Amino acid sequence: MANSLKLPPGPVGSVGQRSVIWVRKNLFNSWLNSILTLLAIAFVLWIVPPIIEWAFVNSTFTPTIEACRAVSGACWGFVNANLRLILFGVYPFDQQWRPLLAMIVLGGIIVASLAGVKYPRMQKLIIPMWVIGIPVIAILMWGGVLGLTYVQNSAWGGLPLTLILSTIGIVFAFPLGLLLALGRQSNMPAIKTLSVVYIEVIRGVPLITVLFMASVMFPLFLPDGVSIDKLLRAQIGIILFTAAYLAEVFRGGLQAVPRGQFEAGDSLGLSYWQSMRLIILPQALRLVIPPTVNSFISMFKDTTLVVIIGLFDLLGAVKLALRSDPAWTRYYVEGYVFAAAIFFLICYSMGRYSAYLEKELRKGERR
Amino acid sequence: MKMKTILAAGAMSVAAIAANNAHAGAALDGIKAKGFVQCGVNTGLPGFSAANAEGKWEGLDVDVCRAVAAALLGDAEKVQYTPMTAAQRFTALQSGEIDILSRNTTWTLTRDAKLGLTFGGVNYYDGQGFLVPKALGVSHATELDGATVCVEPGTTTELNLADYFRAKGMSFEPVVIENINETTAAFFAGRCDVYTTDASGLASVRQTMAPNPDDYVILPEIISKEPLGPAVAQGDDQWADLVRWSLMAMVEAEELGVNSGNVDDMKKSENPAIQRLLGVSPGMGEALGVDEEWAYRIIKQVGNYGESYKSNVTAKLGLERGLNALWTDGGLQYAIPVR
Repeated sequence: MANSLKLPPGPVGSVGQRSVIWVRKNLFNSWLNSILTLLAIAFVLWIVPPIIEWAFVNSTFTPTIEACRAVSGACWGFVNANLRLILFGVYPFDQQWRPLLAMIVLGGIIVASLAGVKYPRMQKLIIPMWVIGIPVIAILMWGGVLGLTYVQNSAWGGLPLTLILSTIGIVFAFPLGLLLALGRQSNMPAIKTLSVVYIEVIRGVPLITVLFMASVMFPLFLPDGVSIDKLLRAQIGIILFTAAYLAEVFRGGLQAVPRGQFEAGDSLGLSYWQSMRLIILPQALRLVIPPTVNSFISMFKDTTLVVIIGLFDLLGAVKLALRSDPAWTRYYVEGYVFAAAIFFLICYSMGRYSAYLEKELRKGERR
Repeated sequence: MKMKTILAAGAMSVAAIAANNAHAGAALDGIKAKGFVQCGVNTGLPGFSAANAEGKWEGLDVDVCRAVAAALLGDAEKVQYTPMTAAQRFTALQSGEIDILSRNTTWTLTRDAKLGLTFGGVNYYDGQGFLVPKALGVSHATELDGATVCVEPGTTTELNLADYFRAKGMSFEPVVIENINETTAAFFAGRCDVYTTDASGLASVRQTMAPNPDDYVILPEIISKEPLGPAVAQGDDQWADLVRWSLMAMVEAEELGVNSGNVDDMKKSENPAIQRLLGVSPGMGEALGVDEEWAYRIIKQVGNYGESYKSNVTAKLGLERGLNALWTDGGLQYAIPVR
């Protein structure tokens, strides 16, 4: 208090006074706003305490049915008891260190690749990391060599499956989408038509249809004994689907690059690929970071659709756990909240990284 | 012209599938060579096929596959599971992605004759029923005129329901909800008078989802027949036989009082039926194309039908044997003689 007395007199008083002024100016500056503020406060008071009570106060983490029946709140015991089933699906229990390790490797490569923006020295390592990393992950998941027992990929599930489907999906859909976008801009009629037809056809059908065709219709057209694996079919379906959407995103970026930039490339005597790589794409891709990440996020969430073809991604594994014992079935809200939390964490991180990336790449412009 | 070529190619590949399926005995050799049975199961139906907390598949349907693996490969654990949705299951069998489909599949004429399947018997007799609150004061389905009924869409359940009410000249108001959890939640919240699905499903819902199971009652009327059993692709009779008789051996063992605990002692039995089943007097295994201990291993490793039923259906769903009791106990399970 003694300090505040020494402050020079001005429009700002004590913290208390200032907040009162702020509140009056922003929350109660008119009748309508006052009513809306009060309603919002009432809504928060009405909705939040019961949720906290349900989730934290009246809940239990004890992994038994009895403990869950005894409480009126959330039964986190369901998640606790079935954690490994939810995270790893029906992967053999004693081998679950393998998908865990594979996830760590995958996470490490992703983080290292993303850090490449900040640390240019990392950039040279990105491609070698993926070239080595993907086979390592494949060996860990499948096994069959180096003394690891073979695990069919019909037994893969949970978080590793979600991460693999979406990461491989992004890694392959990105270049394919880029080629399609360039193809659509091309002067060669055959390539242009092919790209347009591909993009429009794929965008015209829902992902669920693509997955369904891949899993139900496609095998009938293969000769007996030749069966392309279910997971691979789903993965290819996801890649083809995402590529079509990305192509349109990239086309937006390409069209936003001024005509003069293309001409500049030509006048320097650069070939088509050189001018694309050195002049056009760096500008075009930077412009479309938000919609690109948007596509990634939506694709990440779309991987949950593989549940309709009998693959257990994270969400599917929650359903599997709910049915592991009928006694758990009634605690589905807890299971879905847990899955939602993991999905939110990953999607939110993607969103934050996209914001960071935009800021990093704009540094040149702000100079 | 181009279209015709594509169509012709399509027709040829379908014909090729049909031709390839016709190699008798190929499946048996193929499975022996790869060392495991590929088994199509439900993506999660407690008591029939569901993963336990350790991710291991368990259930009455799963045990059929385990029995076949025990008979052919000597080890009930030599099974790989492919979880199947209802839409995928027949394609997967036709295309050879799975060897057996053991996924609570109803045996019907069209599926048997038209879809190119061969059913290996019935491991569970189910049928559609009704669950009502006791407070409704209804004791028979015939009193349900004008009721609101909770039902999942796109199932034969929905069709059977409409058929039944029409046949009885009654009206009903369907409350159609996509997801089973929400359907049952709606029922227990009182949004409809009646909940209908297969009787096994009703029992488990009543047992596990009801606030107080005693407040609800399953009506005695069963309005449809749902004989569920394992199926294989048509065209390989030896393989179909092995699946059929693996299931029969489990029922026969229960009829003869042979179980996983006493099967070793039973080998010394004087009963000729038991001697034939357990391979003490040889011939059965040879006829099926496996060794003579096939049924012994099924009973030792998987158990007889009653044991499998008890540890899966009764333990998980609290269901008594009912229609699935042995014929000697008033049920429908009846083993064709193993001789």
